[in-house]
Amino acid sequence: MDLYKLTITQASKGLKEKKFSSKELTKSVLARIKSIDKLVKAYVTVDEENALHKANKADKLLMKKRADNPLVGIPFALKDNICTTDIRTTASSNVLKDYLPIFNGTVAKKLKEKNIVLLGKTNMDAWAHGSSTEASDFFTTRNPWNLGRLPGGSSGGSAASIMSDMTIGSIGTETAGSIRQPSAWCGAVGLKPTYGRVSRYGIVAMGSSLDSPGPITKTVEDAAIVLNAIAGFDPYDATSSPKKVENYTKDIGKKIKGMKIGIADMYIESSQKNIQEKIYQAIEVFKKLGAKVKNVNLVDPQYAISVYTILQRAEVSANLARFDGIRYGYGRDKFGEEAKRRIMLGTYALSTGYYDALYLKAQQIRTMIVEDFEKVFKKVDVIIGPTAPCTALPLGSSKTSPMFGEVQDILAEPSTISGLPGISIPCGFSDGLPAGLQVIGPQFSEKKIIQVAHAFEQETNYFKEKPKL
Amino acid sequence: MTNDITIEKVKYIAKLANLYISDEEAKTLSKDLSDTLDFINKIKLLNTKGLKPTSNVTGLENVFREDKVSSSLTQEQALSGVSNHYKGYFKVKAVLEE
Repeated sequence: MDLYKLTITQASKGLKEKKFSSKELTKSVLARIKSIDKLVKAYVTVDEENALHKANKADKLLMKKRADNPLVGIPFALKDNICTTDIRTTASSNVLKDYLPIFNGTVAKKLKEKNIVLLGKTNMDAWAHGSSTEASDFFTTRNPWNLGRLPGGSSGGSAASIMSDMTIGSIGTETAGSIRQPSAWCGAVGLKPTYGRVSRYGIVAMGSSLDSPGPITKTVEDAAIVLNAIAGFDPYDATSSPKKVENYTKDIGKKIKGMKIGIADMYIESSQKNIQEKIYQAIEVFKKLGAKVKNVNLVDPQYAISVYTILQRAEVSANLARFDGIRYGYGRDKFGEEAKRRIMLGTYALSTGYYDALYLKAQQIRTMIVEDFEKVFKKVDVIIGPTAPCTALPLGSSKTSPMFGEVQDILAEPSTISGLPGISIPCGFSDGLPAGLQVIGPQFSEKKIIQVAHAFEQETNYFKEKPKL
Repeated sequence: MTNDITIEKVKYIAKLANLYISDEEAKTLSKDLSDTLDFINKIKLLNTKGLKPTSNVTGLENVFREDKVSSSLTQEQALSGVSNHYKGYFKVKAVLEE
């Protein structure tokens, strides 16, 4: 059996039943990385020695039947903007090329406490600025379905590593689309939680009022298991929610009969024909499952691009202002092209004379978009639509426009601006490339969107398709 | 182009942002920033009169913690990220001149 192919659910079961050890599982995944990461280039750093050491530790716990959670001994990859004290944390930027944090980000800390096996850190657009992984200061990650295509981004390394079976579980972060879009392009499951559900502490900040870390996994159930481990209030993140954490696996397998699912034409029409086709097929699947599909009206997502661009770049310029090379990292001369472009626009938008016309106005439209969703969620339980406007684009595509990322993420921006959770799942293939469907719900409705996504996943079985590498 | 961010303006913003921008980069940035501004100016078409701005979607206000001393970084830890320190202090460029 090729252990590296397992999902978290399968691996966890095998470990508990002593069919294999965490060390065997970890070795299998490390061998997989060795054989194909030279093609996919998903990892910035792989720490074999540390991983095997952690696997041994997990095996001891499993032996003594002291594994108290399903993640004990499970190999994981973390996006390289999540601080880890044992592996350098670069945000794929030359400024942080050699940065070894002195603390763990809360997500990393929580997973380590669950005794995961940390394999390494995955590539991303530098500072999470982009939707291609081409803006990494180091190298471009490839799409496992077609090595001439982009994996999406910014969590491109996490999505590519999970779909090429170079890890069992992975974590990405999203500001707008950075979990969902690479998941869609790589055929993975990507869950962007409600803003504030998962702590941002120890994650290299991009847009502080938007950033949300979350799982990128092989199945919906795996995403729910990981969310159970990382969700919750954190005193180190003042915007993390004190709301009680639910058991996100609880409604998995429950029927969705009678569930009200909204579709917005404007969203579907914002995607290319081949994607639209898949979404219309998906709607039929949901009807077959007994859901009630209703048309809803939402503000044109075109406006969300502008609002998101202004807010994000303003927040970027404030966050990156702290990188001075005095306390850690290298100096500001090491910023790449994309980071400079974003800092510059953000600085401009916040400067005297433009603040009211740009930043304040964008914040007002943010209110409009928040209220728009609130209104719609009085009528429907969830909204479904395409995750991204197209399937994975060829290498080099991000260089064509200074707003490539923002335009690619048009379908994630309105929901992220409103702090809503969303999950992307594969909904078919077009020319051998996966297409993504997203399920969006009201704030803190993770349990429900997981239930809906799981029902679709089990009915369609697209998740069983794997790239040939 | 409606929003001409001139090369001079680019250099001024770069100064505000403490970034070094070469003449070549200034040229490219002038075009990129102007293009982006043209795009985002779409928001001017929407009427936002009377709408309150949203800076945060959590609904949380005034988040405080108990005023209790807890452990923090040691001096050694705090300095571990740089080679450039002096007698337990971070070294910075001179701010004041004689």
